Amino acid sequence: MAYQKRMLLKGNEAAVYGALLAGCDCYFGYPITPASEIAQSAALLFPKLNRTFVQAESEIGAINMVIGCVAAGRRSMTASSGLGISLKQEAISYLAAYEMPAVIVDVMRGGPGLGNIAPEQADYFQVVKGGGHGSYRCLVFTPNSVQEMCDMTFQAFTMAEKYRMPAYVLTDGVIGQMMESVELPAAVKYDYDPEWKMGNIINGEANCISSIYMEPNDLEALNKKLQAKYKLIEEVEQSVEEFYVDDAEIVMVAYGISSRVAQGALEQLRAEGIKVGLIRPKMVFPFPRKSLNSAVERGVKKFLCVELSAGQLIEDVRLAIECKRPVELCNRMGGNLLTCDDVCAAVRNMI
Amino acid sequence: MSEKVKFGRSPVFFETFNRRPGPIKKNMHYCPGCGHGILHKLIAEAVDHYGIQKNTKFISPVGCAVFAYYYFNFGNISVPHGRAPAVATGVARANPEDYVISYQGDGDLAAIGFNEFLQAANRGENITVFFVNNSNYGMTGGQMAPTTLPGQKTTTSPYGRNPLTEGYPTPVCEIVNALTAPVYIERVALTTPARIAAAKRAVYKGIQNLKERKGFSLIEVVSPCPVNLKMSAEQVNEFIEKQMMNYFPLGVVRDKTAETESRPLPAPVIRESADVEKILFTEKRKDSVAADFRNTSSMFDKELRVKIGGFGGQGILSLGVMLANMGMHRNFNVSWMPSYGPEQRGGSACCSVIVSRKMIPSPILESGIDLMIATTQTALEKYLPGLKEDGILIYDSSAVKLPELPAAMRTYGVDAIDIAATQLGSAKCANSVLMGVLAAVLAANGLNEADQADFDRAFAEAVEEKFGKKPGAVEMNVKAYEAGKKAFQN
Repeated sequence: MAYQKRMLLKGNEAAVYGALLAGCDCYFGYPITPASEIAQSAALLFPKLNRTFVQAESEIGAINMVIGCVAAGRRSMTASSGLGISLKQEAISYLAAYEMPAVIVDVMRGGPGLGNIAPEQADYFQVVKGGGHGSYRCLVFTPNSVQEMCDMTFQAFTMAEKYRMPAYVLTDGVIGQMMESVELPAAVKYDYDPEWKMGNIINGEANCISSIYMEPNDLEALNKKLQAKYKLIEEVEQSVEEFYVDDAEIVMVAYGISSRVAQGALEQLRAEGIKVGLIRPKMVFPFPRKSLNSAVERGVKKFLCVELSAGQLIEDVRLAIECKRPVELCNRMGGNLLTCDDVCAAVRNMI
Repeated sequence: MSEKVKFGRSPVFFETFNRRPGPIKKNMHYCPGCGHGILHKLIAEAVDHYGIQKNTKFISPVGCAVFAYYYFNFGNISVPHGRAPAVATGVARANPEDYVISYQGDGDLAAIGFNEFLQAANRGENITVFFVNNSNYGMTGGQMAPTTLPGQKTTTSPYGRNPLTEGYPTPVCEIVNALTAPVYIERVALTTPARIAAAKRAVYKGIQNLKERKGFSLIEVVSPCPVNLKMSAEQVNEFIEKQMMNYFPLGVVRDKTAETESRPLPAPVIRESADVEKILFTEKRKDSVAADFRNTSSMFDKELRVKIGGFGGQGILSLGVMLANMGMHRNFNVSWMPSYGPEQRGGSACCSVIVSRKMIPSPILESGIDLMIATTQTALEKYLPGLKEDGILIYDSSAVKLPELPAAMRTYGVDAIDIAATQLGSAKCANSVLMGVLAAVLAANGLNEADQADFDRAFAEAVEEKFGKKPGAVEMNVKAYEAGKKAFQN
């Protein structure tokens, strides 16, 4: 059968297709703008495959249902935006400690507080640095197109399971709300049955999933194990897209919608003969240190972070290159968007 | 003479509690006189009795029973404080063949997790909840609980619980009884052998309901906590019998077990790739253009930036979606971006569409707009500053009054909404009228003949894709499209 696999979808809808094609069994969520289409299309599509959609009573309820589903050995996801993600953080810390995979989509909106529903990128700290308690990390994918919303949600399941940890798909209101054409990937044959699921008989005992380690030495051992895992991920999983970095004197760093605006500015600036490049992290944990440091070695003089926050990504850029080069900020906040002209002006100012 | 152990350890318990840290591996961690041990034993016996150990999944709370997983040899997860019923929901939905027990204390269930608990009860999840009510927070050292009695002194109510500021004990069973879904609700106690026997019957019933997939069961166990209440075993039993029971009367609060039918297991999840694709994807059109098809008109050599603004209900957003869809089916890169949220709710609707052969940097159009369609004065005034000086403006002539415009701007007024409402009998197809106008305007502004015909075809395909299953809708929209073209010519 020849299928029409190319569809015009919203970013939010594409994430649901990516999840279903990756073999996600259960969706648990709570409506919130600008992420609601994820719950809506999950409500529409999951039952068609006899899969489960539950509109949870709260963000907290939703992420804890995810815990139950994953503990039972099934693939599960939830989605929200800024303030909803804040509410989920306790349970995400548990997921990290359980070493259980789960996929969480964050379609960022304006904050702090109730803020507004316009796009921002100010969840970076709470998502990338481990917004809950304890020293943990999550995998963080940063799609900048509807195609990537589908592909990276799909990939998030695979990588979350590979490393047994929660994975975020971190995007913004623009990417979530916009429609683009998507080439849908093939559905994977579902054969997931993790050994560690609750009740599985291991050495004659029904398996128990717990994050309690009463003895400090035991808890320290868990922490060391987690840190070793994160270190390995930082070594092997960095993911980035580079544009014109080879001869660049100024390199912009941006993800999500900001990276598309930066890419527009890049074409304009290159046409003017300005030697500017762009590094677009496709993941922000692990952070693309190699790409940034190699840009430093290749003679980049300055960096410019383009982001919709007071400056969150910029901290990781400075850390990654150990402040060897000046890093400047081009930003808007509160739901205002950057234009190509804004970014061009910021770059010209750096010359 | 053969010896029969009548009250030995249930095989559902581990023989040795190896998960318990420290040297003590045979005894429970609970304090002397605590009720948890008795309840654990009743649950273990019931699970064994009904032969469901293999598929029993136990949700351990935060509180004294946080270490329940030391003892039971069935699937277990220790979860965030108060969230056991939400986790139980996840397990039960993921694996409907599992028998899920949520076990919670009074702080976990009736304070921090009351919402999760009530919502799971209201959904009628197929789980059994054991609720241990001992009138205080045991694990943290005897603080006030939602079930603490008026006047009762605890470490956080050192002067006694004051109902004027701290309210009254929470009657959990009675609150749950206000809901429709729960099947079985009973409150029991552990003070005497007779009470324990009654508790045993309730526990067995709760487990039987699980096995028979009857839905939501709640068993509240009024339980002694002599250590934190600073009482002897006798005193605590008297406290329960004479004081707690005034607020927490024992007995069956609801039992719809007999008249409730067992729930069938849901249909198995569809997982085979071929089946998934058959359901999620639509069949490929036989007449779709080849992957290397390109429209040849020179207007497509650069990005085409379109802004559409008007009123909600005029089909503004779907006009944009249709245009983007047509572009996609002709191998363009396309983007569609709506205004969303309060702006939308205020009645106005707006979207941006970009059609391009190249990668589209940002889908948001504030300036450099090539073509604008406005059906309200508000939309016109809001987005006009972004329209190029030589841009194309299509507007609804009955709703929009044009201000002074640059001479190079090409403007086309058509009474589209009115045409839809009067000629076609439905304002709903105003967007197809506008699409017809757009086709004619593009034809007048450089769309070559081959592409004009292709635009008609692309529209027909898009309409069929959208309305193919709705009788009459395709015809009406095609008629509207033709009416739009004709209106332009007039």
